This record gives sequence, structure tokens and C-alpha cells, in this order.
Amino acid sequence: MRVELVKRPQHSTLFSMLSPLIALALTVVAGGVLFAALGHNPFAALHSYFVTPISGIWDSDQIWQLHKLAIKAAPLILIAVGLAVCYQSNNWNIGAEGQLIMGAVAGSLIPILFPGFQNALTLPLMLLAGALGGAAYGAIPALLKTRFNTNEILTSLMLVYVAQLFVDWLARGVFRDPNGNNFPGSVRFSPAARVPEIYPPQGDAHWGVVLAIVVAVLVWLMLSRTLKGFEVKVLGGSPRAGRFAGFNAKGMVFFAFLLSGALAGLAGIIEVAGPTGQLREVISPGYGFAAIIVAFLGRLNPLGIIAAGLVLALTYIGGEEAQIVFGISDKVARVFQGMLLFFVLGCDTLIHYRIRLIGFGTAKAGEGN
Amino acid sequence: MEIAESILLTIATAATPLLIAAIGELVVERSGVLNLGVEGMMVMGAVCGFAAAILTGSPWVGMLAGILAGAVFSLLFGFLTLSIATNQVATGLSLTLLGLGLSGMIGESFVGMAGIKLPTLHIPGLSDLPLIGKLFFGQDPIFYISLALTAAVIWFLFRTRTGLTLRSIGDNHTSAHALGIPVIRYRYLAVIFGGACAGLAGAHLSLVYTPQWVENMTAGRGWIALALVVFASWRPLRVLAGAYLFGAVTIGQLHAQALGLGIPSQLLSSLPYLATVVVLVLISRNRRLTMINTPASLGHPFVPDR
Repeated sequence: MRVELVKRPQHSTLFSMLSPLIALALTVVAGGVLFAALGHNPFAALHSYFVTPISGIWDSDQIWQLHKLAIKAAPLILIAVGLAVCYQSNNWNIGAEGQLIMGAVAGSLIPILFPGFQNALTLPLMLLAGALGGAAYGAIPALLKTRFNTNEILTSLMLVYVAQLFVDWLARGVFRDPNGNNFPGSVRFSPAARVPEIYPPQGDAHWGVVLAIVVAVLVWLMLSRTLKGFEVKVLGGSPRAGRFAGFNAKGMVFFAFLLSGALAGLAGIIEVAGPTGQLREVISPGYGFAAIIVAFLGRLNPLGIIAAGLVLALTYIGGEEAQIVFGISDKVARVFQGMLLFFVLGCDTLIHYRIRLIGFGTAKAGEGN
Repeated sequence: MEIAESILLTIATAATPLLIAAIGELVVERSGVLNLGVEGMMVMGAVCGFAAAILTGSPWVGMLAGILAGAVFSLLFGFLTLSIATNQVATGLSLTLLGLGLSGMIGESFVGMAGIKLPTLHIPGLSDLPLIGKLFFGQDPIFYISLALTAAVIWFLFRTRTGLTLRSIGDNHTSAHALGIPVIRYRYLAVIFGGACAGLAGAHLSLVYTPQWVENMTAGRGWIALALVVFASWRPLRVLAGAYLFGAVTIGQLHAQALGLGIPSQLLSSLPYLATVVVLVLISRNRRLTMINTPASLGHPFVPDR
């Protein structure tokens, strides 16, 4: 059997809408097969993986679960929105995990070095420092790409490992809480340095969730309604056309990396000042990499990314749920995430091509049309 | 003398997986395909090699299982990018993400088990020569395979007609297709070869370098191998030199950590990654050199128009 692609005269609007949904459905089916192979009842396992965590929608006793979901989705949405701008402009930043860490470190400097500084300005300044830290770290691959023509995929990724080792050193070394019984991790942040929760009686979702959605809408407006957004798409789609239009290609590299770095840094400091409350040796469960999947699942559209962020958050939460109920390894979450990206990329082909299967003795009828 | 010998030996051991993975990826990229999934295929090779060795009791079966795992896993990438023309960068990334996840799941029950090491060569007399005896005549089989593989790839790419065809596809797939060369078939074979090499490199990690299974044990080596191909400007001999340079950096920082010079161990551990960035900058700033050597259709999807 052979697969043949037939180019569509126009890209299919129908499949642009459907492809993420098909991909999701295929992932669920593949997940069921995986669970069955592991010796579990696939329907029950899928239920606890994908349905229980969102049961708060119809069961008010379970609303806290939706809060957990929102907390996981917030950093994914923030990072993926920035990555969408990068990928649309053809800049392959895959080092968001490192930018997240450096943002968390930069923002944490304020409560760690000046624990007495506690007022209404503390948190805003931390968020600002976090964004700046992430942007500065994102500027390194941008600078190397524009100045030395260095491949940004490899440099941004290498810097992730460096950032992970750096924060490990901080949390175990210079920033370690002297009263922390020798556990790695900084002093706990004061309430003024924490991201407040929206409605504590119901669950622990914090204002970072709202911020993530606001940022996604703003970037959506920028991409769809402003000249800058047009520039992103032209330079990404055809650098030559962009040059003729007088757009600055190097400027775009910096714009994309600084924006995505800043948003990843913001996600980092929100994570540290939100759920965690201190700088630890490990900051994120791979949000920077999962956000790559979010960006593609959301079809590089910030509004789609909000939905995609919730889906990926579900794979994290569902993984925990399935581990508790069935004893299924929580590693399954990462398998789900990887499969999801595969299916998304495969289904995206349907937007530009019709797929024809040839072989198995089928006559080549209709070949002439 | 003995210290020098052991340092040289460890450098060779650290360089071998980088060399094998990079040589495989070099062939893939010479055919015009950019597979960023090296890390994922490598970690799959590591876990499958380890598991097969434990289950059968034979490290040799483990080695073969590693090769097979890498090759099969690469087919996933091959189908998406070659048969249905997906974006190569994104697909390679997803191969890495899936590989890291899947290997964690497969390997969960093997964490903490003592591994089975591949035996080393021993030729009475030769292996006992001072300084170079162990280095040349007393190493693990994968070390010799890595050197043989490098020589074979040099011969194949630059001395055979098939190698020439492969390179022509990498430089201009449209012309190659017009000449009647089966572009997609060549690329499939190249991708599978690259996957098998990455799998073998991974098996080396879990059967020779540190005979155990630890989650994410490749620790970015697949990415360093990718960087080595760029660093070597797509020349096999330079890949060999680069791999040993990186092996030396890795071992150098390990020895510095052992000596306890008061330098934070995290800073020393980050040296191989920082070195990768530095050499990439040094090699890429010469724009003309990279332009000449980069396979011209690298990373561009190809859809035959029949």
C-alpha cells in the first residue's frame, strides 16, 4: 500500500477546524488501546483520565478540580501564546523551559534578597522582573541567530539544561533557606509576594489564570488586527516577500524571542509565587515543552491555545487521577502528550492535501481526473 | 601512565554514543531530512536495550533490541514527514517528546536494577600493551562498531554511486525526482539508518557507559549529536573529531568534580552544553562555509507531483 498526497487547490477551512478535534479523538482511542495493553479496563481508565477531572462542570462538589485544571493550564497558555508568535514568524524557540526558569529566578530575587519589602508593589515588581528575566534569557539565542547565524533550535535547547543546573545550584546553595532543615529551596515568600487566589472558599485558582487569558486575547488582537501581526505572518511565510515589504527580519527574530521569553518568564514567576511559594530546585513539570504541543494543538492561534492549554492541563491532572485510582504510572501523561502532537501534525496535512491510499490491488480508476 | 590510560579510555567511552548518533543523523541530513528526534530515538534505544538485556540475560540481545527500537521508532517520523509531508522540525520534536515519555513508562519497572555490561575485547599480549593496549584492543564492541561505521559512511557517501545519489537528493530533491530517482524511498532508508544508529547509541549508554536505566538518561546527548553534525559541517571525519572533543569536555568536567576544586558541580555539569553553544557560534559565524556545506533541501518537505 502506498500513500499519495493530492494538493488541494485551496486549503480546507473545514479541516482547519476539524483537525485538532480529529487528533484529540485519535489520541483518546490510542490511549484506550494503551490502557487495555497495560491490562486495565480502557473505558474506566479513560473515564478517570478525561472525565473525572472536569466533573466540576456538573457537580459543584468537584469544582476544586476545575481550579486545579486552571492552575495547570495558566502557564501552558502563557508560554504557548508566545511560542505561537515565534513559530508563525519561523523562529524555532524550543527553550521556553529555560526561559521559564530564568524568569522564576529573576522574579524571586525580590522576596529572597529583600524579604522586608512587603507592600502593594512587591508582586507587580516580581512579575516585571520575571518577564524581564525570561526575555533576557530568550534574547541569547536571538542574538546568536542574528549576529552569528547560529541555529536557534539547538542553542535555545542547550540553554534549558544550563538553566536547570543554575536553579539547582541556587536552591541547594546560595539561596537555600538556612532554617530549612537542609532541604533544598529558598525561604518561603511572604503573603505580599504571593499571587492571590481568586475565590479561596471554592478552590485555589489564582489570578495568574486570568492574566493568562488576558494575555492570550491581547496577543490574538496583535496577530489579527495590527501591522505587527501582519509582519509576523509575512516574515514567517515568505522572508523574501517580507524584505520587499521593508520588514526587518532581524528585528522580528528579537521580537519573537523577547516576547516568548517574557511570557515564559512570567509563567515561571507565577508558578513560583503562586502554587509553590518558594524557589525550588525544580520549578516546572516540563511546562516549557508541553507548551510546544499546546501551541500546535491550538493551531498557533492564541484563542485556540486557550482551549488547547486546558486539554494539556487535563493530561497532567488526568495522569494523577489515573495513578490514584488505577495505579497507572503517571508517566502515561507524557506519552499522551507526545501522541497528541503526532496526531495533530498528521491531521494538519489534511488541511493542505487530500490523502489517497493506493494499492491492495485497487485499480487506478479515476487516475486521469 | 595508568591515569592517562584510564582518562583516554573514558573519553572514548563518552565519545562513542555521540559519534554513532551523529554519524547516523549525518546520513539522514545528507539526504535532505532534518530529524530532531535523535534524543527520543536514543532514549528508546537505551530503555529497550536495557530491558531486553535484563529479560534475556544477554547484553548482545540488548544491543540488537536497542538498534531495532531506534529503527522502528524512526519509522514514525518517516511516515509523517515523508509519506504525509508534515513539518520536519515539529515532527522531530514530537518524536523526542514521545520517546522521553514512552521510555519513562517502559523503564519504570527497571529503575534501580543492576544492568548487564557488554563484555570488552581481550587479546592476550596486545590488550596488555602499556598506554594504548586497552585503548585499541580492550574496549567494548560498540566502540569498534562506531569506528567501522564512520569509515563505512565515508566510503558510502563519497565512494559509491548510491552515496552520490543520496547526496544529490539532499541538495535538490526536485531534480533528483525528475531524473527518476525514488526520493522518498532513499529518504526512508536514510531515516531508518539514522534511527538504528541513535538506538545503538542509546544501548551503549545503558549497556556500557552506565549499565543501568535512569529516566531521561540520555541527558541531551541526542541534541549534542545534532549540534555535532552542524559543527562538522556535514563531514564524517569532523564528526569523529567533534565527538572526541565533546567526550573530552564531558570527562574533563567529571574529573574536575571529583577533584573538588570548589567550583559548583552544577557549573561543571553545564560545561558540555555551554561548549555546544560556543562551538555552534564559532562554526556558524563563517556564513560561507555553512552555506556551501548545508544540504540545500535540508528540512524542506517533498511531495512528488507524479
